[in-house]
Amino acid sequence: MKMATQIYTIGTVQDFLLQIGRVIVAGNVELAVFRTSDGAIYALQNRSPHPKGGPLAEGIVSGHFLYDPLYDWKIDLRTGEVQAPDQGIVMTYPVSLVGDIVTVSL
Amino acid sequence: MTTIREKLVLVGNGMAGIGTIEQILKLGGAYDITVFGSEPHPNYNRIMLSYVLEGSKTLNDIILNDWNWYEDNNITLHTGTTVTRIDEGSKQVVTDSGMIVPYDKVIIATGSNSFILPVPGSDKEGVVGFRDISDCDAMLAAAKQYSKAAVIGGGLLGLEAAKGLLNLGMDVTVVHLMEDLMERQLDRNASSMLQAELERQGVKFAMGKQTIELSGEQRVSGLRFSDGSTLAADFVVMAVGIKPNVTLAKDSGISVNRGIVVDDYLQTSMQNVYSIGECAEHRGMCYGLVAPLFEQGMVLAKHLCGSDTKPYEGSIVSTKLKISGVDVFSAGEFLDSPEHTVISSKDEWKRTYKKILLKNNVIVGAVLFGDVTESANLQKLVKQGAVMTDEIYTELMGTGCCGGGAKKSTSVEAMADEEIVCGCNGVTKKAIVDAVTEHGFTTVDEIKACTGATRSCGGCKPVVEQILQFVLGDSFQQAAKQGICGCTTLSRDEIVAEITAKGLKTTKEVMNVLGWKQEEGCSKCRPAINYYLGMMNPDTHQDEKESRFVNERMGANIQKDGTYTVIPRMYGGVTTPEDLKKIADVSLKYDVKVVKVTGGQRLDLIGVKKEDLPKVWEELDMPSGYGYAKSLRTVKTCVGSQFCRFGTQDSLGMGALIERKYERLDFPAKFKIAVNGCPRNCAESCTKDIGIVGNDGGWEVFIGGNGGIKPRIADSFCKIKTDEELIEVCSAVMQYYRETGNYLERTSEWVERMGLEQIQMVILNNEDNRKELAARIDFALTQVTDPWKKMLNDSSTRTALFEETRV
Repeated sequence: MKMATQIYTIGTVQDFLLQIGRVIVAGNVELAVFRTSDGAIYALQNRSPHPKGGPLAEGIVSGHFLYDPLYDWKIDLRTGEVQAPDQGIVMTYPVSLVGDIVTVSL
Repeated sequence: MTTIREKLVLVGNGMAGIGTIEQILKLGGAYDITVFGSEPHPNYNRIMLSYVLEGSKTLNDIILNDWNWYEDNNITLHTGTTVTRIDEGSKQVVTDSGMIVPYDKVIIATGSNSFILPVPGSDKEGVVGFRDISDCDAMLAAAKQYSKAAVIGGGLLGLEAAKGLLNLGMDVTVVHLMEDLMERQLDRNASSMLQAELERQGVKFAMGKQTIELSGEQRVSGLRFSDGSTLAADFVVMAVGIKPNVTLAKDSGISVNRGIVVDDYLQTSMQNVYSIGECAEHRGMCYGLVAPLFEQGMVLAKHLCGSDTKPYEGSIVSTKLKISGVDVFSAGEFLDSPEHTVISSKDEWKRTYKKILLKNNVIVGAVLFGDVTESANLQKLVKQGAVMTDEIYTELMGTGCCGGGAKKSTSVEAMADEEIVCGCNGVTKKAIVDAVTEHGFTTVDEIKACTGATRSCGGCKPVVEQILQFVLGDSFQQAAKQGICGCTTLSRDEIVAEITAKGLKTTKEVMNVLGWKQEEGCSKCRPAINYYLGMMNPDTHQDEKESRFVNERMGANIQKDGTYTVIPRMYGGVTTPEDLKKIADVSLKYDVKVVKVTGGQRLDLIGVKKEDLPKVWEELDMPSGYGYAKSLRTVKTCVGSQFCRFGTQDSLGMGALIERKYERLDFPAKFKIAVNGCPRNCAESCTKDIGIVGNDGGWEVFIGGNGGIKPRIADSFCKIKTDEELIEVCSAVMQYYRETGNYLERTSEWVERMGLEQIQMVILNNEDNRKELAARIDFALTQVTDPWKKMLNDSSTRTALFEETRV
């Protein structure tokens, strides 16, 4: 059953420090939100696809990549794809900016 | 696209079957795939069970395709289900649960079962094979409860099981029918050297023994041999061989010999039914090793996808046994006969053995023990049926290798595209060549990241290097300059020099100006550069939170479930009842899961939720213990002269003083100190970065020790008389380490790299230098602040990092 998408306002641009992930719980999804140096904002599910799981928000951001805090997997923030030689994909959610207001569609 | 997808059923969820499916997917095969597996797990690397047994890997580490992979590739997976019959008439497979699934094509990849000796008592408790995860679990459990293990079977698998059980603390005896170990791969010389080496490591042997009974009541208690002797054992592993699992084939009317008979395209006697892996028999051979399975899988995958492929003609097998410190390799024909010309060299001092067998001057087999560097080369030569020449001889047996250079590239050139280079991961020569040409790779590491080759046992590295060299031609540099990480070729010293020369202030600036490959660096270089910048300009550098690892950024240690641990300071390992009360109250209030006493002589509160961290710090109102940091962790102490009858110096006082003085400062890596009141060393100075030992005349200082994965005993650095001198020496050593150490390099490695004499010269023989170093660290120390207090006063950062914002 496909649920209708919901749009959540998750804050203003200033709430998100550059290159530092922040956890936002929107509805019942826990998001890791990242603001990269070029000002873009990405929202991913705050869960690593690694078999042992774990969060993502506390990783190191470089360009549009994230190095996850527990296993150092390299993840493309734009697509959620884990880079070789590891495998996996993180759920990503579309982000919109209206002025300074940041919204996410779930 | 109007093609109807054919239904492909794979019986068996192991490496051979799933490896083939991966090939089919890569080739774009249009199949609706259903997989049946008897085990409850997704596809895992069975070979790595040995590592799980010895403790260096976990079950999760060895999973090759997790549950998501099946979903992502639209593969229907039924675990814990055994297919019982393939019905040719109705083109359906039937399972033990009564499920019926139609098929167009079937691949049987049911592997083998451990062969259990049919002797009385073999069904007693405590008798297992070594084949799958449940066997491994049984062995790990047995090691906890029982003490004497017997492994029946001195082949590849038996020896790995024996070593694993030995590592788990059991008393292990390997029982073998023959007089020589691994007689299917090694000759007598290599076998006896192998046995001697394993005996040195603690494995016991009962050779030339035939087991005729397992004695005991409900649980096994011992073995009885045909010569009347016995061996006590409360846990028995049967590693006497494997039997192809042909039950399904037999019950379905498919031709079966020892294994399921297949032709050169892996087809069985039943139309549309194929078989690969250990359960299959090709030209009379049943393979029990992994590389042939990938080779078979590739031929079958191409065949099923309608691609052109040479038929499968069998594999030349080579084994590489690697049980910590014992390297053994053999390929092709290895037992001498009158038809063979034998080249061999045995070196009992170096404990190496090398033998090459020729037939009509063609290299047909080899055995190596102790030094297996030529294994990849020999495997190639045996496979190619290379003719022995002076050049090859010098390469393999002689001192020089210059003449061999050209020869090596030619043998790589002659290698077929589909030849498997990396047996552990099924990577072909073509995959490597493609990776290099498509992505412009110039290093083995890049190839490893892209294809996985060399990432498991590493045995194929020489061949991968040769292929790389061959593809790149002149542009290949044997030892490409290694920078601090993949983003740069610059070394630490070069980077630090440039930072000074160019006045660079931020990691972004450094990476921009010095031409980083990845603009904003990676998880290796960002924290490193941030450290160097801070070390060089302690008063002006703006620490970059975004360039810190999670633990340092959060001021707490992240755990696998996303909670954190909090460690408050306990200077010199001494606390007060008031502090204990505070810790107890806070732990109860915030539902701390475990209060652990650490090796560093303080308390660790485990299981704190991220959003509770600021409140925990506030209510504890104690300084951060920096349990997460690359800085001074703890100063361990013994009771010392304040109370102890043996104490000659006040270790309690000095320890607390030192911890208060040097806390909070950034170092290249974590730093641990101990102060002892006398040479009895109750606080273990010998494995500390700085170990201080009191004596009647003063103090002795040791440096460069550490515990951990690669322990090192600290070196004696100097003897001094006064407390003031002690502090000055410690300051100088620490600052020198800060200024010259590579990020992440412990003092143990630093001392080895710099040389103890060099460090002594700089610090002990040069008073000015020593005082200047001490002054510099004192200056840096004036800049530090408690991070917990700092975070409590910075509400915007605190909110962004810790709050669980709900919208």
